[in-house]
Amino acid sequence: MSLYHRPETLNDALALLQGAEMRVAAGCTDLFPATQARALTGPVVDITNIAGLRGVSDANGGYRIGAATTWSDVIKADLPPAFDMLKEAAREVGSVQIQNAGTVAGNLCNASPAADGVPCLLALDTTVELASTSGHRMLALSDFITGPRQTALAPDEMVVALHVPQSACTGVSRFRKLGARKYLVISIAMVAARLGIVDGKIETAAISVGSCSAVAQRLSGLEKRLAGQKATPNVLVEVTVARVSAALSPIDDIRADAAYRSEAATELVKRALEDLLQTEALV
Amino acid sequence: MNRPVETMNLTVNGQAHSLPADPARRLSEVLRDGLGLRGTKVGCDAGDCGACTVLVDGAPVCACLTPLAQVEGRQVETVEGLHNTPLQEAFLRHGAAQCGICTPGMVMTATAFLREAKAPTRADVEEALGGVLCRCTGYARIIDAVLDLGQSHTAPMPDAGAAVGADVPRLDGAPKVAGTEVFGADHQLADTLLVRALRAPSAPMTFAFGDITAWAAAQNVHVFTAADIPGQNRFGVIPAFADQPALAETRVRLQDEAVALVAGPPEQIEQLDLRSFPITWTATPDTEPVHAAHPNNTLITGKVRRGEAKKAMSRAAHMAEGAMQTPYVEHAYIEPEAGIAWIDGDTLVIQACTQAPVMDRDETALILGLPEDKLRVIPAATGGGFGSKLDISLQPLIGLVALKTGRPARMVYSRSESMATTTKRHPSQMTGQIACDETGRITGMVFDGDFNTGAYASWGPTVSGRVPVHASGPYYIPNYHAEARANYSYEPISGAFRGFGVPQAAILQETIFDDLAAKLDMDRLAFRRLNALQDGQDTVCGQTLHGVGIAACLEALKDPWTAALARAEAANAKGGILRHGVGVASCWYGCGNTAIANPSTIRVGLTAEGALCLHQGAVDIGQGSNTVIPQICADALGLPLAQFQIIGADTALTPDCGKTSGSRQTYVTGSAALRAGQTLRARILAMTNMGPDASLSLSGTNLIASDGKAERRIALRDLETDAQGYVLSAEETYDPPTQPLDENGQGAPYAVYGYGAQIAELSVDTRLGTVKVTRITAAHDLGRVINPGLAEGQVQGGIAQGLGMALMEEFIPGRTENLHDYLIPTTGDMPQIDTIFLEVPDPEGPMGAKGLGEHVLIPTAPAILNAIRHATGARVTQLPALPHRVLAAIKEAQGK
Repeated sequence: MSLYHRPETLNDALALLQGAEMRVAAGCTDLFPATQARALTGPVVDITNIAGLRGVSDANGGYRIGAATTWSDVIKADLPPAFDMLKEAAREVGSVQIQNAGTVAGNLCNASPAADGVPCLLALDTTVELASTSGHRMLALSDFITGPRQTALAPDEMVVALHVPQSACTGVSRFRKLGARKYLVISIAMVAARLGIVDGKIETAAISVGSCSAVAQRLSGLEKRLAGQKATPNVLVEVTVARVSAALSPIDDIRADAAYRSEAATELVKRALEDLLQTEALV
Repeated sequence: MNRPVETMNLTVNGQAHSLPADPARRLSEVLRDGLGLRGTKVGCDAGDCGACTVLVDGAPVCACLTPLAQVEGRQVETVEGLHNTPLQEAFLRHGAAQCGICTPGMVMTATAFLREAKAPTRADVEEALGGVLCRCTGYARIIDAVLDLGQSHTAPMPDAGAAVGADVPRLDGAPKVAGTEVFGADHQLADTLLVRALRAPSAPMTFAFGDITAWAAAQNVHVFTAADIPGQNRFGVIPAFADQPALAETRVRLQDEAVALVAGPPEQIEQLDLRSFPITWTATPDTEPVHAAHPNNTLITGKVRRGEAKKAMSRAAHMAEGAMQTPYVEHAYIEPEAGIAWIDGDTLVIQACTQAPVMDRDETALILGLPEDKLRVIPAATGGGFGSKLDISLQPLIGLVALKTGRPARMVYSRSESMATTTKRHPSQMTGQIACDETGRITGMVFDGDFNTGAYASWGPTVSGRVPVHASGPYYIPNYHAEARANYSYEPISGAFRGFGVPQAAILQETIFDDLAAKLDMDRLAFRRLNALQDGQDTVCGQTLHGVGIAACLEALKDPWTAALARAEAANAKGGILRHGVGVASCWYGCGNTAIANPSTIRVGLTAEGALCLHQGAVDIGQGSNTVIPQICADALGLPLAQFQIIGADTALTPDCGKTSGSRQTYVTGSAALRAGQTLRARILAMTNMGPDASLSLSGTNLIASDGKAERRIALRDLETDAQGYVLSAEETYDPPTQPLDENGQGAPYAVYGYGAQIAELSVDTRLGTVKVTRITAAHDLGRVINPGLAEGQVQGGIAQGLGMALMEEFIPGRTENLHDYLIPTTGDMPQIDTIFLEVPDPEGPMGAKGLGEHVLIPTAPAILNAIRHATGARVTQLPALPHRVLAAIKEAQGK
C-alpha cells in the first residue's frame, strides 16, 4: 500500500486519518524544509485534491477560507477592506513561489511564533473548523494554537476551513511586518490592526502582534481603551510600550532582543493605526 | 524502510512522461534524476533560494517543495522548455548571469511574471524576483534584463585589435542562460555510488568506532574511515600549515566534522539512518588547546611596523580611536559543494566545483597517496565561490571512494552541510588609534586585531598577513604599527572570503577617519583626499608605489559627494522619523599572493586545420576570466576574439593558472595571456618577415600577415604538428615581481594594487532602527578596463555582499545553517548603484590593468556605517547593524 495518499473527498481523508497516524500535507512549504530527505517520509494525506477545500467563499455573511487555499488565492480573492491586512500579509509570506504553494491553514497548523497569517486571522476573530470521522468542531484561533509549534489538533483530525464571522468583516485594516531584509524574511515583529469606525468614532478595534511572543497575541487591553474614542490620531497616545509589551512578554533571539521587540511592536501598532486613521479621515 | 514506488504521469515542457517514482518525492529530484532535466538547480531544499523555480500551470513554485503527486495532470515548465527566448538573450546581453547557478530560477520566475505583466516597473520586477537569491550580481543587471527585453541588441564581436575595452557579453554565457551549464551536481555516470559523510554532533569530542564491518554488511553499504586513507591524512591550502584531516581520526575539533563515509546505491544511501552507525562520542574539555602545537591557540601573528606609531599618538594634534567587532560571514553561494569522481584507465578523475584545480589536485593526491599525474581535476562550473571553494571539501572524500571501489562516486552537500563545514569570513575583534596633525595630515596609526580562524588553519595565515599590510587603507601613514593574530577555536573554519580580512580592517579604519574629520571640522571626503597615497609615496610596508589611483577615485567622487550631501540635507530639512545620511570609504588591495611566488601559464596555439585555441586555466567562477583573458590574448596576438576557441580549466589540458583568488586572474593570468599572444605574434611576424605593425588574419587553414603593402600567407597545413597538436604555438608564464617582507613587514608584498572609493546614501528609521540604502556611487580604478560590463557586474555584486555584511549577515554556528536564518540581500534590498571607472595605468599590469574582484566590497560596509552615523549620530561597533543594534546606538548617541 502506498504511503502517500491524495484523496478526492474529505470523508476519504478523514478515514485515512482515523486508520493510522498520518501527516496532513498541503503546500508542503513547511514540511519539506523540515527534512533533508529527498521525499516526505512516513504516511502522508495530501489534501490538495479534495473538492471544495480550496478557495475563499461567502458563508453566513462572513467568509470561509478552505484548508487548501493558498496565499495567492487570498491575494486574488474579492474581499472587503477588513481583509486588506490578510492580503498585505499574504504578499509578504516568503516569496511568490511560496505564496503559490503555501496555504493559510497550513500556516496556522505549523504554529510558528513568526507565522505571518496568525496576527491577521486573530484580528479577524477567526474560528478554525476541525474535522475527524467523529464529526466537526469549531475552535477560536487563540484556542487552536496552544504554543510554539503546538496546536489543538488531535492525531485523527485535520483543519477543514477557517471562518471569519460577519462581525469581523467590517472596518479597515493594515498589516506591518518588520524584518532585516525586504523579501523572504522571517519577521522580527509584525502587527495586524483592524478598526471599525462609525460616525468618527472607533467602534471596534482589533489589534494583534506576532513574532514577539510564543504565540501571536491580541492586545485586548489596548483595544478596550481605543473603543469608543474619537477616530483621530490623538488616540495614538494610548499606544504605549508598557501596554503593548504587557500582552506579549517578547523573546530574545538571533533577530532581535526582547526590549527592542517591545518598542518595535509598539511603533508598528502606532503606524498601522495612524495609517488607518488617516485613510479614514480622507474618505 | 523503502518508499513504495508508483507509476507517475507528468507533463514537462509539453511532453508526457510516465515513470516509476515515489509520489512524495521532491519534484526537483524527479526532474533532475528521474528525467535528466538538470537545468533546475537545487540550492537549499527549503524554499529559501528559489533556484529550483519551475512553473506549474504557469505559476512559479519551488520544485524542491513540491511533491511529485501534486503535479500529476498539470503542466510543468522548466528552463529546458525555453529556447533562446528574448528574455534569455537579454540575460546574456546584460550580463545577468555571472556564475549562472541562479539563472534558471531567475529566468523561469521572470518568464511567468512577463506573461502577466503589462508595462512593468523596476519595483514590480523586484517584487516578482524577490524569491530568487543571487549572490554574484547584486541583481541590477538581472532586473535590467527583465525590463529590457528585446529593446537593445547584441553588439557584434570586436574586430582584431579592438577586444580590450569592448563590452563583450561573457563568452561562456550561453549555457548559463540556457540552463545547460554543468555544475558540480550535474555530471552523472552510470553505476555511481552516492556518498554521505557521518559528522560530529558537537565539538570538541573524541570518538571510537564499534563494529563497522558488521554494520556495513547489514546495511549493504561501503564504509570508509581515516584508516582507509592511503596517503597523508592532513591537508591545508598553505602546505606549511596543513593541519586538517580529510576524515577525523580520533578527535573532532568542530561540529559536523566528517569522521566516516558511507557509499552505496543512491536509493539506499538516501534512506540510510546514520543514527544507527556504530560510534561512541565523548565530549572533551574545550579548555584544551585546539592543536597541541599551539598551546595558547594562536596560529600566527602578522605585523607591519614603520616609524614610531606610539610616539606619533602622544604627539598628535588630534587622535581618534575605536573598536569594532564583526561576526562570521558565510559565502552563501547558491550552489552547495558537489562533485563526482571516477577512474579513467589508471587515472582518478575528479569533477567538482572549485576555484583552484591544481591546488585541489596536489592536496587530494597527497591524501590519496597518488602521484600528481594520476589525478586529473576537471573543474565543474562553479556556482559561486567567493573564496570558500579554494579549499578542498568533498574532493578527497569522493576520490577515496572511487579509488577504493573502482566505481564512480558522487557527493552533493546539503545546504546545512555546506554552511556548517566549509570556510567563513573570519570573525574579528579590532581596536585602532589614528593620529593627525593640525592640518589634517595623518601622522600615525596603531591597529590590533584578533581573527577567529576556527578549528583549522585554512587561510588564517593569509588573513593575519594581509590585514596589517592593508589596515592603513590607501593612505600615506608614516608611523604605523599593525598586528593581526589568527587564533584557533572549536568553531567553523575561517578561510578566504573576498578580501581576506581586509574588509573587516577597513571598517575600523574608515570609521575612525570620520572621527578625525569631525575633530578637525573638515569635510570627510576632503580629509581622505588630503591623505590619499600619491604616486611615488611609500606604503606602510615601505614599498614605493606607482600608478596609484586612489586620488583619482576620490576626485571623481567630489561632485557626487556634494550632490549626495545636498540630497540628505534637503530630505532632513523636512523633519520626520527618517533621517538621511551620507558616508564615504576607500579601499586598496594588493593583487595576488602576498610576497610569494604566484605564477600563471597560458598556452595559445594554431592547429593545421586553422583552429585558434587558447588554453585558459583560470577558473571562471562567474567573475569573467573566460572572457577577459581571451580579450587580452586576442589583442596581443592581433586576431579577432571571435576566432578563439577556449579550452577551459582542466589539469590535463591547461597549464597552471593558479587559483581564482586575490583578485589576481585579470592581472596575473592576463599578463601571461598578453605575453603568450605577443610571443605567438612575434613568431608569425618573423616567419612572414613582417614588421611589428602588420595585421594578421586567419582564413580557413591560412594565416595571413599584411602591412598594407605586402601580404604573406602561411599555409598551416604545410607546417609540422607538435606534440600538443599545434603547428604554431606559444606558452608563457608570468609571476608577479614581489619581495618578501622582513620581520617588521617591510618589503614589496604585491606588484600591483587596485583602488576604489564608494559613497553610500541611506535613510535610517529612527524609531525602528532599520536602514534603507538608497544609492551607492562607486569609483574604482581598474588601470585599464578590459570589459566594462563584466567589471560593472563585479562592482554591483561586491556591493551587494558589502551591504549584506553591513546590515544583515551574521553566521551563528549551529543556529543559522540555512538561508532563512542566515540572510543575504534580496532584490528589494539593493540600492541604485552608479559606477565610475578610472583608468590610472599600472606600470606592471597587462595593458595597465589592475585587479577588481575583492576591492569592490571593501568600501561598502564602512561607507554604510559612516552614513548611519551621519544620519543619526549612531556609532555601531558590532556588525551586522541589525535594527536593534542601530536603535540602541541611536539612543546611546542621544544620551538616552
